Amino acid sequence: MNRIGYIIEKEFKQIFRNKVLLRMLLGAPVMQLILLSYAANFEVKNLTIAVVDQDHTTYSQRMVSKFRYIDNFRFLGYLPAYKPAYQQLLSGNADLVLVIPPHFERDLGKENRGAVQLLVNAIDGSKAGIAAGYAQQIIRSFNEDVRAEALAVSTTGLARVTIENQYWFNPRLEYKTFMVPGILFEILILVGGLIAALNIVREKEIGTQEQLNVTPIRKYEFILGKLIPFVIIGLVQFSLGLLIGVFWFRIPFEGSLALMYGFAFLFLLLSVGLGLLISAVSDTQQQAMFAAFFCLVLFILLSGLFSATENMPGWAQYLNVINPLKYIIEVGRNVMLKGSTFRDVQQQAITLALMALALISLASWSYRKTV
Amino acid sequence: MKRFLAFVKKEFFHILRDRRTLLILFGLPFVQVILFGFALTNEIKNAKIALLDYDHGQHSRQLTDRLLSSGYFQVAENLQSYKELEAAFRRGVVKMAIVFPANFTNDYTHGKQAQIQLLADASEQNTAISLTNYATAIIQDYLREQTGAVQALPLAIDIQTRMVFNPELKGAFVFVPGVMALVLLLVSALMTSVTIAREKETGTMEVLMVSPLTQLQILFGKVLPYLLMSFLNGCLIIALGVWLLGVPMQGSLLLLLAETLLFIFLALSIGILISTLAETQLVAMFASLVIMLLPTIFLSGFIFPVESMPRPLQLISSIIPAKYFIAIVKGIMIKGVGLTYLWKETLTLLTISLVLTGLSLRNLKTRLA
Repeated sequence: MNRIGYIIEKEFKQIFRNKVLLRMLLGAPVMQLILLSYAANFEVKNLTIAVVDQDHTTYSQRMVSKFRYIDNFRFLGYLPAYKPAYQQLLSGNADLVLVIPPHFERDLGKENRGAVQLLVNAIDGSKAGIAAGYAQQIIRSFNEDVRAEALAVSTTGLARVTIENQYWFNPRLEYKTFMVPGILFEILILVGGLIAALNIVREKEIGTQEQLNVTPIRKYEFILGKLIPFVIIGLVQFSLGLLIGVFWFRIPFEGSLALMYGFAFLFLLLSVGLGLLISAVSDTQQQAMFAAFFCLVLFILLSGLFSATENMPGWAQYLNVINPLKYIIEVGRNVMLKGSTFRDVQQQAITLALMALALISLASWSYRKTV
Repeated sequence: MKRFLAFVKKEFFHILRDRRTLLILFGLPFVQVILFGFALTNEIKNAKIALLDYDHGQHSRQLTDRLLSSGYFQVAENLQSYKELEAAFRRGVVKMAIVFPANFTNDYTHGKQAQIQLLADASEQNTAISLTNYATAIIQDYLREQTGAVQALPLAIDIQTRMVFNPELKGAFVFVPGVMALVLLLVSALMTSVTIAREKETGTMEVLMVSPLTQLQILFGKVLPYLLMSFLNGCLIIALGVWLLGVPMQGSLLLLLAETLLFIFLALSIGILISTLAETQLVAMFASLVIMLLPTIFLSGFIFPVESMPRPLQLISSIIPAKYFIAIVKGIMIKGVGLTYLWKETLTLLTISLVLTGLSLRNLKTRLA
């Protein structure tokens, strides 16, 4: 038992000696959370719009002025013709171009019909959809203004059915509320999976593993000695992230703190187990790093951290059955934002526990004292 | 020169011998493109919803049928009360609930204000928004049919919207350039910084230092194989993008390859700079991750639009090389523009790489040994 203590002591000494690494270990979660909360935002703002006004009438000018006083749009200026406007799209200076054809006002007055053209830079499809939506809304509201003036009545009609949307657990639809619980756990698999794997392979690579092998340390002692420090570091990181999330970003915390920590602990065991397994099958840090990277990229992209897992095609959902990150992110969101109790998430708990057990046993089995 | 070539050959052997890393290096872009291309979609299919129908009237039933036959929704639970809804949300079984209040049909047919509630679990914010949008559209469609054909309104402005460059709004147009930037950074910067740190860590750097090779030769020898691999990787992604995901190749392929080389050069100089500072592989890797990959993912405009970020982050974003590279790739592949439009971005990339190379050369003299 004492021997485990010595290994743990050695590990901590090594970690604390490497100040750069220590700073990064603690800095990485902070940086991720901050970047995420300030940068990660799908809101579409500050759209630049250029106008080709070939009509030059009060109507066309009024329509343009509607765009000028809306926060979402930045007015780039008038352009003489279609071609220079297209060039603004090409160079990326303009996100949208509004083309008002000649005789727009006349057609609208005489034939009750007028047409305008809206060109949207659609390389980013989702952004373009939203941008076009905003612009159409503005033009429609101008349309209603004009109509109301001409007919001296409002024609919007009476909406007899109202649809009330309620967004539970995140009423302001904040992206960070959605992301933080996931990121908290994603950081853990980075520490556990990646750092632990590299740490152990490093001993192999620089030859100190052989020194350890000739000591009387038993296999399970070695594994526990490697496992425990990373679990502790992970828990520190988790606490740090949780503090930032709750106090700085004001993410609601509905569930039980003990339950969250229980899952963090379980997930760390699993992550370090994965790290151990990767280290057992790798000879160099480079190999371990890329193997871990490969797994992590796969896990993270499929986990539902960014986009919902239910919408993925069948094969991706099958892959997700063995994706620990998927389960833990469900747990994180459920417990933290919705206040789910253990009974609500017991299925995930069992799955994760089995995975942790399998990974650690597999890792211990493939670890040989003779390198 | 002969010595240099021998050294480069040794480096190649090093890389080629490690089959597994090699496999991952080329597998990673492949997997990323496939995942981004086919797995990460926000399209709603068969989303599980709960139904809370206090009305049991004609319209609530017809509306439910309409929602279900759209293929976007499937009813996972028929609820009796709000209380059950909260429990269902907590278990995470359903993502949205549709509530028809009592007398919905009655109110609607008698011209009174009727209400439908869409309650979404917004802990998954994206899904919540899509679900309510889809449901709203279907409900409005239904109501419009009920009111009969809309009479032609006077003074109608017809808005002809044209989605330029990407009429089908394919997601690949955004992520292929993004994945390319990421993978090139990963291979060039991460790999070089780690290999050089490895020589330091295992002590073989000293052996190299006392060899007749100059420092610059050692550096070039280390970097050359990765340059080649990155370039191959870049080509692989372009090919996948064009043939598998239907990204167009409007502009000059030659220019695109040249710009790719420029970006690889830049990434390699980042890698060298990191390796002059890092003593161990772990630190080199972490530095590459934290300083380079994270900001690239978040701030380059690859996933999140730069214009919506707060000012300070926009400023940081303007020194992120990937941002310019992504703009260049989009420009050449999708818009089909040439250097006349892209000289600014190209010049920025060139300047950043020269500054970085200068910095690492200065560091090199004092630190590498």
